[in-house]
Amino acid sequence: MDYSQFLAMKQEIGLLVVFLLVFLYDTFMPRSTQKGLPAFASIAMLLLTVAGCLGCCLCSCSDVVAFGGMYETSPVISAIKNILNIGVVIVLIQSIKWANGEFMTMRRGEFYELLLVTLFGMYLMISARHFLVFVIGLESASLPLAAMVAFDKNRYESHEAAVKYILTAVFSSAIFMMGLSFVYALAGSLYFENIYGALFVSSTSTMLVIAIAFVIAGIGFKLSLVPFHLWTADVYQGAPTSVTSYLSVISKGATAFAFLVVMAQVFGSLYAQVWEWMLYALIILTITVGNLFAIRQRNMKRFLAFSSISQAGYIMLGVIAYNTLGMAAMMFYILVYIFSNLGAFGVIGAIENASGKVSMDDYRGLYKTNPRLAFTMMLAMFSLAGIPPFAGFFSKFFIFTGALQGASVAIYVLVLIALINTIVSLYYYLLVVKAMFISDDECVIAPFRSSCSERLGMWIALFGIMFLGLLSPVYDSLIDLSSLSSIGMYFIR
Amino acid sequence: MFTNILIYFVVIPLVMLGLLALCRDVKQIRAVAVVGSLGLIGLSVYVLLEYLGIRAAGNEDPMLFVDSWSWFAPLNIHLAVGVDGISIAMLLLSSIIVFAGSFASWTIAQPKEFFLWLILLSTGVFGFFISIDLFTMFMFYEVALIPMYLLIGVWGSGNKNYSAMKLTLMLMGGSAFLMLGLIGIYYHSAPEGAPLTWNLLEIVDNAAISHGWQSFLFPMTFVGFGVLGAMFPFHTWSPDGHASAPTAVSMLHAGVLMKLGGYGCFRVAIYTMPQAAHELSWIFLILTGISVVYGAFCACVKTDLKYINAYSSVSHCGLVLFAILMLNETAMTGAIMQMLSHGLMTALFFALIGMIYGRTHTREITQMGGMMQILPYLSVCYVIAGMASLGLPGLSGFVAEMTIFVGSFKAGMADYLAGDGSLRLVFTIIACCSIVITAVYILRVVGKLLFGPVYDNHHRSLTDATWWERLSTATLIVCVACIGCFPNFFNNLINFTFKPAIFSVLGIN
Repeated sequence: MDYSQFLAMKQEIGLLVVFLLVFLYDTFMPRSTQKGLPAFASIAMLLLTVAGCLGCCLCSCSDVVAFGGMYETSPVISAIKNILNIGVVIVLIQSIKWANGEFMTMRRGEFYELLLVTLFGMYLMISARHFLVFVIGLESASLPLAAMVAFDKNRYESHEAAVKYILTAVFSSAIFMMGLSFVYALAGSLYFENIYGALFVSSTSTMLVIAIAFVIAGIGFKLSLVPFHLWTADVYQGAPTSVTSYLSVISKGATAFAFLVVMAQVFGSLYAQVWEWMLYALIILTITVGNLFAIRQRNMKRFLAFSSISQAGYIMLGVIAYNTLGMAAMMFYILVYIFSNLGAFGVIGAIENASGKVSMDDYRGLYKTNPRLAFTMMLAMFSLAGIPPFAGFFSKFFIFTGALQGASVAIYVLVLIALINTIVSLYYYLLVVKAMFISDDECVIAPFRSSCSERLGMWIALFGIMFLGLLSPVYDSLIDLSSLSSIGMYFIR
Repeated sequence: MFTNILIYFVVIPLVMLGLLALCRDVKQIRAVAVVGSLGLIGLSVYVLLEYLGIRAAGNEDPMLFVDSWSWFAPLNIHLAVGVDGISIAMLLLSSIIVFAGSFASWTIAQPKEFFLWLILLSTGVFGFFISIDLFTMFMFYEVALIPMYLLIGVWGSGNKNYSAMKLTLMLMGGSAFLMLGLIGIYYHSAPEGAPLTWNLLEIVDNAAISHGWQSFLFPMTFVGFGVLGAMFPFHTWSPDGHASAPTAVSMLHAGVLMKLGGYGCFRVAIYTMPQAAHELSWIFLILTGISVVYGAFCACVKTDLKYINAYSSVSHCGLVLFAILMLNETAMTGAIMQMLSHGLMTALFFALIGMIYGRTHTREITQMGGMMQILPYLSVCYVIAGMASLGLPGLSGFVAEMTIFVGSFKAGMADYLAGDGSLRLVFTIIACCSIVITAVYILRVVGKLLFGPVYDNHHRSLTDATWWERLSTATLIVCVACIGCFPNFFNNLINFTFKPAIFSVLGIN
């Protein structure tokens, strides 16, 4: 075996090093220094991210296929991994206070180790060019998350959420693998390339349609597309806030990109015949149902759960666009979504840590007592709703532009439905703003000073919300990367 | 980038925002607001003079001070600026109203936040009027909309939560259609093979939007902007929103923001898609005709001063869209005149209503009377505003409405004589009736509120306008009279730029 192939996996190896460092710190450092673990993990992850971003910018690495075609890396894949890394750094920084709490004393290390393992799984999902690797990635990205969801072991909801999560994860994996077995039966291989070749020449059969439906359903569970979304709200509510934020941005972003890769590289030839319409229906359902249910939520975490369901629908517009513009817009959307959602979760986490309150009613009059938190939350809400000049506006605009490139009237209708839904979403995002700024009732949350790490996390998120859209090089470089990537070759309608 | 004069229309408000964030007490805030808005007035006057100078030298480009800086290169998005007579008129209007609005909110609570949002709103307005790139235009358009939510929600009165939410959602709903329309225009902006563009001038030059797409995209963009222009079934945000908003916000919103709608309808929808405009104008003609008359009738039965004025705005802004849809030069000139005239006089109205409300704490005309004896200055101003609104010669309303109706009648007769049906003619006649109805509701308020016996004896102790209120109202009255007395100046300023657009419409007939 040619061991130089491992050089293609630079990012995975880097992540593994971070994992081992955290593990060694957790195991061998004396008890008195254990409080430094969260900061240590954040810094290690930050270094990895910086190194990854620099590596991405400096060396003009080309597409590499390694391990007999099972693994691929390319500039665009490194870019999405770096985007995920950025999100993980923010999540880690925001969770420092929580992880240093009294209750976490003995289990601090586990949280970080499990988190890094799931990230590793997501890396594999994105880079996989063989369904075996993909499934390994999918599983290692889901199963440890169940343990993380159950982290608040004294809270009943946390257990319930974990059970729901693990059952759904297993169930969706089963459906996914059922679909895979059909695909294997039709194509006789699990290599993406071979399946694409086999499906390209074969005619469409019922079995193929079922296989694709199963694959979409399996990944749809992870992405919480409607009607596979039923676990989302309960799990988001029950899980500790740090885990919820991780679930809602990183896990979703990684799966969305992996979904695009699978649909393009495996089923690309069947876009128009088979899966465009499946996705079309799923997007309409996801955006609409997610929005309508979000309106009624009073718990902030449940609220953001439904909001993230509808955001997943918008991300899927980048897949149905099926062109390089759409792909770049999708990556940009994921990046912006990471910053906006983490801004919101940062505030929720800070308030929960300080006062234990997570209900929207408790946010009334927040501007009077904690103006900075309220301001951060407002900008995050505006960005999620797509209000300029914040980043969310640009990401929404670009994803619609991507979807409409050379589009049929049907896609115009889809985008119109999505646009009308942004108004619904604006309504419930404004409800939060209204509670914080406009409600005259007495303030529920007393003034408090959030910890340094929480403030740092929010500052980073705010920075992204304010400037990611205005700074055009970010989007431009994503476009460049996507138009050069090998995935782009599959975009034939 | 900073060598172009127009960019300062955005830079000045942004600098003001930065300074406001640093302000510590109310005096500094007032100073920033006044100096900044004076700077904007100065800048727009300077641009106006420069523009006239260049035009006098024989320059016939469709836009002047044109410049363009690449922003998102892959999508060919630029920060492109350029103005013609219409945009300059709008810039002038906006800066005057921002100036008057700053004085009208001299003693507002939480001044720092209020002015921050107000200046953010005007950043959007100025950015919109100088942009000729559809993307930046749309971005500034939305920037101008969202501060309204907080301005009404926090500083408003009455049923403010409901109104703020209704206004924001309806306007954003309009912009949803608009976004689809604009992206659609982008994808059909150039002939096969040529690079696509967001630049308005290039889109008009290319004239590549096919007939089929025009008839899909034109309604999208027209409705999108029409919502902000208070077009008939989508006007319902306007009365509630204006009634709940604080004074300066009502002024800015009715005076400037609603003009964004009319300006956008003209500049984007009709300018880029003349064929569809010609074919589909009858639908919107009916709708805007309804808003003209319906708004006026509603104003007749309302007893809340702000509601009366808000419905009168629906009627007058309906007239703007109505005239634009006539697609002839005279009527369109009238439409722009009407935007200016309505912007100034409605701002004056809202300023006066705010000042009266601040004293009497009621806006019900049934609860007030005899104000002429108590508040002579404000009452006289109110009469002047009323006269401008019902079209007294010498004030701005007359010039605008006269031009509109002459133009519309011309268009209607032309249609009728050519055997194209008499829809335009009929609706022109119907819309003309609104002048009479306007007189009814204006005179009703003037008679009840200003003359007649004093209703409430507590009102006798009220004091008349303070210096900042006098300054705010006097500025607006001078401007209203200027348009009324020197219509030819504005006519020439606006007129030139219609020619290319009109020719392109008529060329396809």
